[in-house]
Amino acid sequence: MNLNYLDFEQPIADLEAKIEELRNVADGNAVNISEEIARLEKKSQSLTEQIFSKLSAWQVAQLARHPQRPYTLDYVEHIFTDFQELKGDRHYKDDPPMVCGLARLQGRPVMVIGQQKGRDTNEKIRRNFGMPRPEGYRKALRLMQMAEKFSLPVLTFIDTPGAYPGIGAEERNQSEAIARNLFEMARLKTPIICTVIGEGGSGGALAIGVGDHVAMLQHSIYSVISPEGCASILWKSAEHAKTAAEVMGLTAPRLRELGLIDEVIPEPLGGAHRAPAAQAKAVSDMLVRSLEQLGRYSISELIARREKRYAGYGQFREG
Amino acid sequence: MSWIEKIIPSKVATDAAKKHSVPEGVWSKCGSCGSVLYRAELERTFEVCPKCNAHRPIPARKRLDLLLDPEPRVEIAPGLEASDPLKFRDLKKYRDRLVAAEKVSGEKEALIAYRGQIKGLGVVAAAFEFSFLAGSMGSVLGEKFVRCVDEAIEHTTPLICVSASGGARMQEALYSLMQMAKTSSALARLAEARLPYISVMTDPTTGGVSASLAMLGDINIAEPGALIGFAGPRVIEQTVRQKLPEGFQTAEFLLEHGAIDMICDRREMRDAIHNVLAMMMHRASGH
Repeated sequence: MNLNYLDFEQPIADLEAKIEELRNVADGNAVNISEEIARLEKKSQSLTEQIFSKLSAWQVAQLARHPQRPYTLDYVEHIFTDFQELKGDRHYKDDPPMVCGLARLQGRPVMVIGQQKGRDTNEKIRRNFGMPRPEGYRKALRLMQMAEKFSLPVLTFIDTPGAYPGIGAEERNQSEAIARNLFEMARLKTPIICTVIGEGGSGGALAIGVGDHVAMLQHSIYSVISPEGCASILWKSAEHAKTAAEVMGLTAPRLRELGLIDEVIPEPLGGAHRAPAAQAKAVSDMLVRSLEQLGRYSISELIARREKRYAGYGQFREG
Repeated sequence: MSWIEKIIPSKVATDAAKKHSVPEGVWSKCGSCGSVLYRAELERTFEVCPKCNAHRPIPARKRLDLLLDPEPRVEIAPGLEASDPLKFRDLKKYRDRLVAAEKVSGEKEALIAYRGQIKGLGVVAAAFEFSFLAGSMGSVLGEKFVRCVDEAIEHTTPLICVSASGGARMQEALYSLMQMAKTSSALARLAEARLPYISVMTDPTTGGVSASLAMLGDINIAEPGALIGFAGPRVIEQTVRQKLPEGFQTAEFLLEHGAIDMICDRREMRDAIHNVLAMMMHRASGH
């Protein structure tokens, strides 16, 4: 199986392989088979449209974790200029799964904060598979507070399976690190825009996810626990992850419907990794537009609005 | 019915049956040291084992009885009930789990809260009911906690919350995750009003509850031996594939690592909380 394609994309992969084969034949042969190639390409397009028009939540989860999916630093490269990474929590360590830095969005200075996964094995390990440790959240908080001090908007990019379940992470009070970010972000006196670009995994995601505008890419996910984790607790077996994904309602359109996020950013056909530049453009447009909208509020209005927003989350009855 | 029950007179039989059920109610075995304990004594010690000092689970209302003066008390938002926005169904329906939880715990939700007093000092006090779906945090819990903060601000009183929770309520999916942000945001308001927040962590306080309202106390207190942490020990063991250190994630471990201010015996909790609150609120000493 080609690494580029997920299980459910296999029919597309087969077709694409056939097209590639024909192209090779055409190159070394006088016979004109371009018509046949065009026909197959059209077929591949409509097959992709067909498959992507009815993705299950579990398939979306796989896309959200696609190995070629654009990560935070890919967006940084496409969207911002003058990026300068800033490191360290000033207490213990720098945490590579969390990247932070100053940058310009169409000339305007901003603070970028995001979780970062690795591509190859070494990088995956260095980035701890995108799972921040307490010092990662504390670095993010330090730089959010710096952003507040210098009146810079905070733009976060969420892409993590979750907080890291490690011994050291607990020793250094991971719970407090996450809780402190929620507490401080609730009243941070600068606009915050959060974008879920891949996996929005639990407390680790939320720790940089409190803001004034929360957007999700079409094929990203956001949930209280991974589908596998949910299945192993509630169904007593991770095998039921598929079912769990469905009932958890972790896809962007569903969460928009429930009013838990503000915006779904459409992805190119086949997913963000098929056209990273176009995807980055869409994210950039959203950021520019949202910053302009949020710029209409005074800081106190912004905080009141944020407060009201978070106080309003929840569904209950009162007898 | 066994053969002997069939042959003994009915009067004697009922007595025998009664006698049989008696030990369940009168005696209780300590899960920690194995001692067989007299129930009435456990009531007096608020479920602390008199032999080994193990702090056993205690219902939310008993917990609040232990902390608060008997009068005056006003319960906060007692009518809040869970709805099931996602129509969630795992092996059982969430609806059915809620009904069962109410039956087991005698409560409508996993947080009970009062506005009351500790030795005459006005407070808002909330306690988790662990027997209600493992004290998990869903929309109702988040909303009730926010109302506690509102009450505290309105009446200029401190807030006390006693946690016992497995974490977020999975059946409410992302709604439950958002309760972490909701409760933390409310606590930021309380802090802005410069009112004290005392967080008491009891066995167990984990997951989304520890990573939000439980760790944000101006003063963090834990009960002896309580399991406190974000990730559960089993998950960590599976991830790091090494043996966890002795006493990992216990209250004593957290004290040593600087996560909490103190460990306090349940029977001294009321005095300890009043002592610090009286100073924080510039009131006379309780002694």
